[in-house]
Amino acid sequence: MSTRTFKIFRGDKEGGKDVDYNVEVEEGMVVLDAVHQIQRTQAGDLACRWNCKAAKCGSCSAEVNGKPRLMCKTRLDDFPEGETISVHPIKAFPIIRDLVTDVSWNYEVNKKIPPFTPRKDANWVMYQEDMDRVQEFRKCIECFLCQDVCHVLRNHDKKDQFYGPRFMVRVASLEMHPLDGLDRTKLLKNEGGIGLCNITKCCTEVCPEDIHITDNAIIPLKERVVDQFYDPVQMIWRALTGGNDGNKNPGLQQKD
Amino acid sequence: MSDDVKYQTLEHDVIVIGAGGAGLRAAIECSARGLKTALICKSLLGKAHTVMAEGGIAAALANVDAQDSWQTHFQDTLFGGKYLNNWRMAELHAKEAPERVKELERWGAVFDRTPDGKILQRAFGGHTYKRLAHVGDRTGLELIRTLQDKGIHQGIDVYMECTVTRLLKDGDRVCGAFGYWRETGRFVVFKARSIILATGGIGKAYKITSNSWEYTGDGQALGYEAGAELVDMEFVQFHPTGMVWPPGVMGLLVTEAVRGEGGILTNSKGERFMEKYDPKRMELSTRDVVARAIYTEVKEGRGSPHGGCFLDISHRGAEYVKKKLPSMYHQFKELADVDITTGPMEVGPTCHYTMGGIKVDADTAASRVPGLFAAGECSGGMNGANRLGGNSLSDLLVFGNRAGAGAADHAKKAPAPKMDEAQVNDAAKEMTGYFERPNAENPYQLHMDLQNTMHALVGIFREEKELSAAIGKLEDIKRRAKNVGIAEGNRMYNPGWHLCRDLHNMIVCAEAVTRAALMRKESRGGHSRIDFPKYDDHWGTHNIVIQKQGEAMKLAPCPVVQIPELKPLVDDKKAKEAK
Repeated sequence: MSTRTFKIFRGDKEGGKDVDYNVEVEEGMVVLDAVHQIQRTQAGDLACRWNCKAAKCGSCSAEVNGKPRLMCKTRLDDFPEGETISVHPIKAFPIIRDLVTDVSWNYEVNKKIPPFTPRKDANWVMYQEDMDRVQEFRKCIECFLCQDVCHVLRNHDKKDQFYGPRFMVRVASLEMHPLDGLDRTKLLKNEGGIGLCNITKCCTEVCPEDIHITDNAIIPLKERVVDQFYDPVQMIWRALTGGNDGNKNPGLQQKD
Repeated sequence: MSDDVKYQTLEHDVIVIGAGGAGLRAAIECSARGLKTALICKSLLGKAHTVMAEGGIAAALANVDAQDSWQTHFQDTLFGGKYLNNWRMAELHAKEAPERVKELERWGAVFDRTPDGKILQRAFGGHTYKRLAHVGDRTGLELIRTLQDKGIHQGIDVYMECTVTRLLKDGDRVCGAFGYWRETGRFVVFKARSIILATGGIGKAYKITSNSWEYTGDGQALGYEAGAELVDMEFVQFHPTGMVWPPGVMGLLVTEAVRGEGGILTNSKGERFMEKYDPKRMELSTRDVVARAIYTEVKEGRGSPHGGCFLDISHRGAEYVKKKLPSMYHQFKELADVDITTGPMEVGPTCHYTMGGIKVDADTAASRVPGLFAAGECSGGMNGANRLGGNSLSDLLVFGNRAGAGAADHAKKAPAPKMDEAQVNDAAKEMTGYFERPNAENPYQLHMDLQNTMHALVGIFREEKELSAAIGKLEDIKRRAKNVGIAEGNRMYNPGWHLCRDLHNMIVCAEAVTRAALMRKESRGGHSRIDFPKYDDHWGTHNIVIQKQGEAMKLAPCPVVQIPELKPLVDDKKAKEAK
């Protein structure tokens, strides 16, 4: 058994500082184990969120050596021996205390997205090949790491203009559900701010569930916005037909 | 000090404590019936332990095996529960589960499909037919996310990261709850006409557990202290397959779906040992049997290097394993450096589920305290002596729904709640007291001592000598808990402070488990006595019911609730199994 040094942010919205803790390390240990050991033996009040310890709940997001990670999935032996491991709260959201941040904004965004609304003629027969695409999006564990790395939210703090990658994935799961009957394209273009995403794929890189956020969710949704609002042929068609673009499903079929 | 008794008051018709599957489903039902509903949870919404349920939801949809029916599901549930289940609960569960699953689909859940486009169902331990509707191995996440997204659009007031420490009473009935916001440590009082407890299990009282920090028996303890009865508390389910290595993830769940998809258990000699313990069902025997089998193999020196046994699914091929068990694949690859598509996992029993809980009326989920309801794992009766895999998610949905309806009906008739300021002050004083103890007992240390006691003395196999010793140790832990406290930090997001109060609930539940285990002089389901290894006829028809009498726990055997019309089904199953 060896010892390792951790530099952990301690503080709240008034400010704070990094504090060093030495931790007894055993084989296979993850960062969250170290945080728990510190709580047990050195700092009983060290605040952190966690639940499942198995990368299934998305509670223990933090920035480990500057990289957004789930603490329960970040092995200590991923770092060179002797290196101090820093653990900071995720940066894109306001700090509450130590490693805990105020992520309530995300829950407010989710409320703005109209829920699954089955088509009136839904017969509930669905095939696995249609499910595969939607199931990818539904793997999301809401760790909000994608929100944390998104430049629009992290660097430009445009939370009032962009829903962020997590909710592009949420909208994609609804829009690509074979039996959903709503069209959320206008919402994506306006309040959702999908145009602000410039496809740097940082969100995809950081996703612990390996969801292809940019390629499979955001880009197809962007295409849908373009088709509906910027495609001259479709604009003429809508003018002639009285602006009926309510049925998104023909468009859905074409995008396969 | 004057600041400390300040509190915020929030008024609702119904409050639901706990936001896993049962709490969410209950809240949806209450609010659908037009009641102002609060949903209170210790974590963020969508993080409850329901996300860890992997294998599926048991419901006799008969999509894969056309012969399946509610009757067979009922029979399997009673056989699994060793006939101690509340028959009416098992009946309602078997009958209503299919509708609850279809309802989830109508709310947006995306289940795996059969070739003809229906909800796919998989085999699971103790289920006669392929019965578990599932989404790979992340069914619980699908369930909770579907309910979450349904609930937030229905006008439910969700209060996240809020811990309830006391139920408040107006005479015999409950009229509200006292708690604190984890973020600020400030106090809050929820006034309500009905209260639904849906707080899950007590796993955190054990050392090796699949449960997260939240599962400290809050609902069981809150209900018990408010005058409700507890039932079947001696029955603790050790899931046969938890991870055994590395140490940090010991106890982490390995879904039964691995065995459902054809996984094989072997010991260090390469023997498929389930042949000795249940040749008929093999790996898909009930959980109590498989857990005891693995424990015995290890104890008799045929364990794997890290003290478990081997579970192998690699013969199904890499593509299939990755498709059907993706999170297991990642879990082992990332946390244990094991590729389960090419070799076996090491697994061993882990404390997973409590069959016992608050005794409720089957149809309405009402406890005996007026206005107090309970659903999901914190309620008891549905699962008897042992729960079948897959019956938990369906239990949450069926009885979450029924608790919501029961609580809503009650709230419509109940008079306005009347608060007693003295109860609130007392609850506040308890919470501030943890900061005011010089030389306080460290809550983390006390928690470890509790876990070690339960693990060593009230585990998979039990005997009188050890259980009596456990009672003594628990008395000591109770005495030390009176002096538990924290000197560091303040009331803002302070996990040490939170643990001080959570410990209280864990100790209540640990005592209930231990005392009931001592009383039940037989072995049945999730309760195995070395000194009484056989079934006993008297105990086979009695549940142990616990209530608070003064400061003491009063235990009494109480006949199993049977239903004459269902007797032919039960007798038929017993005859089949006897063959």
